[in-house]
Amino acid sequence: MSDGGRSSVSAAERRMWTTWVRERAVSSLPPDKLLPDRQPSYVSSWIYVFGVTTIAALVVVVVSGMILGLAGPAWWHTSSLGRFFNGIHLWGVELFFFAMVVHLWGKFFMGAWRGGRGRTWVTGAIAFLVAIGAAFTGYLSQQNFDSQWIASEGKDGLNSVGIGAFFNVSNFGQMYTFHVILLPLAVSALVVWHVLLVRRHGVVPPYPAKGQER
Amino acid sequence: MIQPVLAALFDLSHPAHYLHWHFFQMSVANVIVILLMIAVFVAAILIPFPRRERSS
Amino acid sequence: MNGGPDPSAPWSGPFIRYDLVKELAVALGVVALLAVVLTVLFSSPDDPPTTIQSWARADPSDFVATSVTELAGTSEVAEYGPPYTHTPEATQKIGPLDLQSTPGVRIPIDTEKDFVLEPLRTIPGTPRLQLAIHTWEAAPARVREGWIAAYEEALERARFPGQQAVLVPGGRYGPVATMMVSLLADAQSGGLDGTLLTEDHRFYQTNYTKPLLFLSGGEYFEGRAEGQHLLGTQWGMMNETGSYPGQVWLWLYTFWYQIEPFLESPNADALIFALMGILSLAFVCIPFIPGLRTLPRHLRLYRVIWRDHYREVES
Repeated sequence: MSDGGRSSVSAAERRMWTTWVRERAVSSLPPDKLLPDRQPSYVSSWIYVFGVTTIAALVVVVVSGMILGLAGPAWWHTSSLGRFFNGIHLWGVELFFFAMVVHLWGKFFMGAWRGGRGRTWVTGAIAFLVAIGAAFTGYLSQQNFDSQWIASEGKDGLNSVGIGAFFNVSNFGQMYTFHVILLPLAVSALVVWHVLLVRRHGVVPPYPAKGQER
Repeated sequence: MIQPVLAALFDLSHPAHYLHWHFFQMSVANVIVILLMIAVFVAAILIPFPRRERSS
Repeated sequence: MNGGPDPSAPWSGPFIRYDLVKELAVALGVVALLAVVLTVLFSSPDDPPTTIQSWARADPSDFVATSVTELAGTSEVAEYGPPYTHTPEATQKIGPLDLQSTPGVRIPIDTEKDFVLEPLRTIPGTPRLQLAIHTWEAAPARVREGWIAAYEEALERARFPGQQAVLVPGGRYGPVATMMVSLLADAQSGGLDGTLLTEDHRFYQTNYTKPLLFLSGGEYFEGRAEGQHLLGTQWGMMNETGSYPGQVWLWLYTFWYQIEPFLESPNADALIFALMGILSLAFVCIPFIPGLRTLPRHLRLYRVIWRDHYREVES
């Protein structure tokens, strides 16, 4: 069994950045914690599937988005195959928010931030908010009447607090770039961090039972 | 001409029906989505989950 | 916490076998299938955009009425304030805080020049029109205002034969009538759509600020949105064109626009943005807010979720 090679790491190696990162990563998330094949017995409700369902929907959204991007942002207006993948992308987004909201309700009623799991809630909540931003830039990238109207209305909110001068919703090039690369990276990074925190701290245990409370 | 090969079975491009209550108004589609969310949440916590084998 | 086991401690009770990778694979299959089924059933909406051309052809009266205000500098766009114009007192405020002014005029728009004079100047072979432009530019402000006022009044009795030309009764409009006739023709030909994007000698362009601002000044564009329940006062932020589901997650954001004091407030956008910012921060920080963080314990819905566990432990 590997011991992280501690016994064979010299003092010089221990000062290396690579060794430091590796040892910290392996000690906080050893393989059987990163990919466990078991869960505490209380993980026994359908509410627990909505986190992974949200991730699955995110995958569908990203993959369909990549396919849409292959032929450029105007493809779906003139190709029925493009229109089909636009449909997958749109319904994937609806399913993503649907699953995320059910997951969020479940986690709230379970008080899932207990036991040092505050950061898990925080990363999840921020991912939700960033995803709303990603969806917003997506609606702006449609290049149809809906995106014209959303740009026209959205600019007022953003301008009123000074953001519109830098984040110009009428600038298709800027919005499309945010939508296809910047925000998907941000959402994905937050989701990965969120999941790693769940693996690190484990699924939150139930509130104390009757008789366990003092 | 664009081939309608992959066109929708149901055409939702007509203006929506709206439910009104005082100042509150919501499209039928949005009401359905919200009701479904609530129904799925309730079902998820009520429907029994298959019992799993204990892990040694 | 009222005692009981420490939730941060590693679980010391029984475990069950749980295949996470298989669960992900099943979830992927189910979600992909659902997305395909929904797409086959309903597809996705695609209402074609409004162009300056389609606007000018469908509603020339509204186009000309809007263009006159852009020329006169009295339109909503001309008096918007930062980031487009330097109009004083136009900004929205949150109490004493004027965030709208902070970045300054970073996207300068001069409606008289950008929407009317420059596009007209590009039309070749029109000496009468070019003379009209010079006459306008040379006139003092007081004279221009007189021409504009007379023309706006005449527009109420204007005729648009074949929805093309604009005919006003005789009057003292200076060069305004000539400029509006040419602008309408340019718009209806599609030329104005192009000019608005390629002003400043651009070839490549992805910034639609000018045509969108021009469209937003008219009633035609807004009328199209109203027909689809997309206005702010129609809970529009949540809605989609047609009968498709929209963005239900924006329910709280759009809610505030329906009620006082925001409904009538000139600072509604700024106030609601700030309010939603505070509520979003509270949402993120629930684990740290006393009262909120203990709410689930008092609501006791967890007793339903973990009923199997409690049945075992409490028997």
